[in-house]
Amino acid sequence: MDRPTRAGKGILIEGLTKRYGKGDTAVDALKGVDMRVAPGEVVGLIGPSGSGKSTLLKCLGAVIDPTAGRMTLGEECIFDNGWKVRDLRALRRDRIGFVFQAPYLIPFLDVTDNVALLPMLAGVPNAAARARAQELLGALDISHRAAAMPAQLSGGEQQRVAIARGLVNRPPVILADEPTAPLDSVRAMAVVRILNDMAAQFQTAIIVVTHDEKIIPTFKRIYHIRDGVTHEEAGEGRLVRESA
Amino acid sequence: MISLAGRDILHGWGKFVFTGIGLGLLIGVTLVMAGVYRGMVDDGKALLDNSGADLWVVQRDTLGPYAESSSVHDDLYRSLLGQRGVARAANITYLTMQVRKGSEDVRAMVVGIAAGRPGAVPGWPPYLVAGRQITRGHYEAVADVASGLRLGERVGIRRNQYTVVGLTRRMVSSAGDPMVFIPLKDAQEAQFLKDNDAILQGRRRTAANPALNRPGVPGLLDAVLASQSTNPYVNAVLLTLAPGHAPDEVAESIRRWQRLTVYTRAQMEGILVGKLIATSARQIGMFLVILAVVSAAIVAFIIYTLTMDKIREIAVLKLIGTRNRTIAAMILQQAVALGLIGFVVGKIAATWSAPFFPKYVLLVPADTVAGFAAVMAICVLASLVSIRLALRVDPAEAIGG
Repeated sequence: MDRPTRAGKGILIEGLTKRYGKGDTAVDALKGVDMRVAPGEVVGLIGPSGSGKSTLLKCLGAVIDPTAGRMTLGEECIFDNGWKVRDLRALRRDRIGFVFQAPYLIPFLDVTDNVALLPMLAGVPNAAARARAQELLGALDISHRAAAMPAQLSGGEQQRVAIARGLVNRPPVILADEPTAPLDSVRAMAVVRILNDMAAQFQTAIIVVTHDEKIIPTFKRIYHIRDGVTHEEAGEGRLVRESA
Repeated sequence: MISLAGRDILHGWGKFVFTGIGLGLLIGVTLVMAGVYRGMVDDGKALLDNSGADLWVVQRDTLGPYAESSSVHDDLYRSLLGQRGVARAANITYLTMQVRKGSEDVRAMVVGIAAGRPGAVPGWPPYLVAGRQITRGHYEAVADVASGLRLGERVGIRRNQYTVVGLTRRMVSSAGDPMVFIPLKDAQEAQFLKDNDAILQGRRRTAANPALNRPGVPGLLDAVLASQSTNPYVNAVLLTLAPGHAPDEVAESIRRWQRLTVYTRAQMEGILVGKLIATSARQIGMFLVILAVVSAAIVAFIIYTLTMDKIREIAVLKLIGTRNRTIAAMILQQAVALGLIGFVVGKIAATWSAPFFPKYVLLVPADTVAGFAAVMAICVLASLVSIRLALRVDPAEAIGG
């Protein structure tokens, strides 16, 4: 991996609010969220259903517009009571990685092209994009399935490919939405290890939204969210290495 | 950039190809319908071409001899030959009827041609594919191969039997019925020939009429009966013009002095295409419109279904930063690919099946090009609904919650 990485400052969220509706029917889904995730760090975002996790994830992912607050990605303020970036699509493509609860791989593309699609969309030539994808698949130990179609992969393999897709454009931040939900404990822990390894290797800030009790102890820092408000606490950080 | 549409098609090629084949059969029917119309027009033109005439002289104020009945005296051609600019004139009769071929009937247009030879007398079949032209004055016939008649076969027309001595091709009426050429005198007789009982009854009625059977006028009754048993009429006189004479000028001259109706080639073509097959053309036009609408609905439904199947993938694509135009292009390319498969299948199906249709089906390149353009336009329009749906997919759907 000799490509330069974007270290920057990770992601910083200050006083982020999101209000749905107007007047009497208005609902405040986020009520001044503060978060900070450093480059190379993996933090957990935990909360019950309806607490605002998905809303926060959509705001961070530039999928919906926050109502107010400030977000800094790397060294650039991207939202300050309004988007500071004109092309949110390009922001998502180039600077935010997504890993979903289900892998949501494109079923008609093979593993390599599923990963290479993002750089191709960013204008990287096909050969270079595929080379970058192969490199990442190798780092995730799945290069032997590079030519396989998603339907031919196991759940764990699919999730690793999804992680590779999230990382391929070297984003400073990755948003992982319940990435271990469909996996058994062994595969879930493997995915967490991969996320930690990738965060360390690429200096990527990773936010993992989860309900999964198995992986909560692996986070060194956890943000609890309830009724649209977050509070931070130290986690156990018990990540068991395979060799251990 | 890889082709997302191409990859998706390759991934589910079976579904795509079978859908394309289904659409193709529909397009094939559409092309055949257009071919049926072209065939009708071509049949009409072939009828005029094969007659070898420059002018058609018919009964005054009629659209004869093809679109309406027309009756003119069979000695009229002599006076027409005296007209300035007329090179040749020949009587002709046309009668669409059932002719007997063995134990079965064949619908045919029986053409009575004046004595002579091809080229010298208009109305004769200009070429044969087998056998020879009519050489005897009676009971010989030249038939179009579409009638199913063969050389040497006997064909019954009214009460007489004719031997097929020659076969021709593409000699059909504007309705597509094969022509059977017989000598003019036989055809005149066939047009008005009654059965023996009817003749007997007719003679009895005439003899019972005191005005026609006067005791003091010997030979009157015989003369009247003789005139009743002969037919001095033909349907039209075909004229060919001497070099250097304009058809319109000669036609106008005949109209003025002979008190007849005369049609030029262009006018006769207008009658055949504009009047005789106009209703059929409108009918086919309606079918074409319906088929086009059905095709559009099918393509729209298929593309819509294919897009609905990919809603989650489209949401993911949008979330990870795929441009709207890339997604729209994917759907559009799939619609166009479906149309291409359908068109190729349809063209092959139409070309293969055309000879099996009872009426002439003429598939012209211009219709193929127009059909291709129409299919592409339909596919593009049909994909718009799906594109609109895809562009409205919220990327947040990929995140859930």
